[in-house]
Amino acid sequence: MQGGGFFLEASTARTAESVNLYLPIAEMSVNIFLLLGLGAGVGMLSGIFGVGGGFLMTPLLIFMGIPPAVAVGTEANQIIASSVSGVLAHWRRGNVDFKMGSILLVGGIVGSTFGVFLFQHLRALGHIDLVIMLSYVIFLGTIGILMLFESVRAMRRRRRPGSSRKLHQHNFLHGLPFKMRFRRSKLYISALLPLLIGFVVGILSAIMGVGGGFVMVPAMIYLLGMPTAVVVGTSLYQIIFVTANATFLQATLNQTVDIVLAMLLLVGAVIGAQVGAQIGSKLRGEQLRGLLALMVLSVCGKILFDLVSAPNDLYFLLSRNGGH
Amino acid sequence: MPRRAHSIRRLAVALTVLTVFLATGPGRAQPVIADVSEHFIGITADFTGTNILFFGSAGGPGKLVVVISGPAQDISVGNKIQRAGIWMNSERVTFKNAPSFYRVLSSEPLDEWLPLDVREANQIGVEYLNLQPTEDIGRAITADYRAALIRNMQAKNHYGKAEGQLKILGGRLFRTDVFLPSNVPTGDYSIKTYLIRDGRVVDTEMTPLNINKTGIGAKIYQVAHQHSALYGIAAIVIAVLAGLGGNAVFRKS
Repeated sequence: MQGGGFFLEASTARTAESVNLYLPIAEMSVNIFLLLGLGAGVGMLSGIFGVGGGFLMTPLLIFMGIPPAVAVGTEANQIIASSVSGVLAHWRRGNVDFKMGSILLVGGIVGSTFGVFLFQHLRALGHIDLVIMLSYVIFLGTIGILMLFESVRAMRRRRRPGSSRKLHQHNFLHGLPFKMRFRRSKLYISALLPLLIGFVVGILSAIMGVGGGFVMVPAMIYLLGMPTAVVVGTSLYQIIFVTANATFLQATLNQTVDIVLAMLLLVGAVIGAQVGAQIGSKLRGEQLRGLLALMVLSVCGKILFDLVSAPNDLYFLLSRNGGH
Repeated sequence: MPRRAHSIRRLAVALTVLTVFLATGPGRAQPVIADVSEHFIGITADFTGTNILFFGSAGGPGKLVVVISGPAQDISVGNKIQRAGIWMNSERVTFKNAPSFYRVLSSEPLDEWLPLDVREANQIGVEYLNLQPTEDIGRAITADYRAALIRNMQAKNHYGKAEGQLKILGGRLFRTDVFLPSNVPTGDYSIKTYLIRDGRVVDTEMTPLNINKTGIGAKIYQVAHQHSALYGIAAIVIAVLAGLGGNAVFRKS
């Protein structure tokens, strides 16, 4: 017989590591410091570039083993916090165009509500996975390449003084009715344009589970012709409301918002966003856009790689809560 | 700490009862007796998986097999195919009432002595689980999906890769530690102990075990599911306050 050690082992086996926390909705244990760091890193990017960071964070959380549905729902919740923190920093510098943001927002709310129904329809057809991945590849790829080329061109132009460019090009878009003056953005354009952009980005954010900043920022710069300085703050402003809408819908329809996970992420994120906003204000517009383009392209590359490379196992388990 | 002390005390009582029982009836055929150190495993915020101690007495000569099953669940298995260079989801097959958690423990390697009919009848070993697809897909395809289900559940550590070792002490007493990983499914478990003599099951004993969230985590889960609108609004308020708070802190510095 083994004597005294016979029954004692059971109690010593339960050595709880204090750096781990059990997530009640995701139903798994995670390392606290890893999530704090992840939040800080992505929050910093969000402060620099005015993107919510969802397009980075959501894939990272899924990679960590968080169920995809929970990752998407929780990420929306966390983006609210970093966007609120970021928008205040930009507001103090007068870099938020509330009029433009509100019009984008109206389109965004209508678009995201439409997007939720589209999402459910695609899920019923069984191809939501592929649609999400392909939309990531198409949008990240197109936007990344366009931005990269544009910013490189802008950097070259800066080195050759004398050649100046027009504030923005005139095209058919400027012939649309309902023209409005946007003082902060120094624009006089049709309200239909931001309304439409908000709508399209709203659809995307519902389907891809992101705030949509990485689509919104380039759209504001290239389609609306807004100055880069105002774009970031205005984008964050409207992301707050779009993600609040998404959080509410995810919580009520799918119960996939993990408050504990969101809190861990947002502690790092709000700090990161502040640091990011300071770094961002020191960078020049074209550098900012070039860096964002590189980041967008690398995420795109990773997703494309996953789509074309043979999976380890051709079979997989589908999660209980019907996530994608 | 007090909880741990409590469970040790309970264990000591169980052990005493067991010893008295064994001492009073020497030589007579006794039923299998089995118990676990804790009948309720509470998943708290610091839960990183836990060991439970499973112990008992074989009651008579023979070999022992223990099967631990988690709550039954419908599990769907998807399949990926390559179309135009891209891997996409194709079919999906659902297995009704598959155990969400499954472990086999035995005193000696099962393949060497346990007759196949006993294994099949009692679903001892992952290969012998009674997994039936809801879709009518034929035997060969069913086998592929079954194997995939088992392989993926083993990868998640929800099904055991090999049977665990059951230590027999003094020919009768057995004890073993069973590790429950941090992602262990919640619900009612059954631990079934089989006493097998000459290739026949001569006695079985069922021990219940309940694993569930407890404390603040359980409250959060409950609110999220029962008052989801309130939960959603709370999540938004917390996020907004966190954003405002973070900003206020930074503004001062």
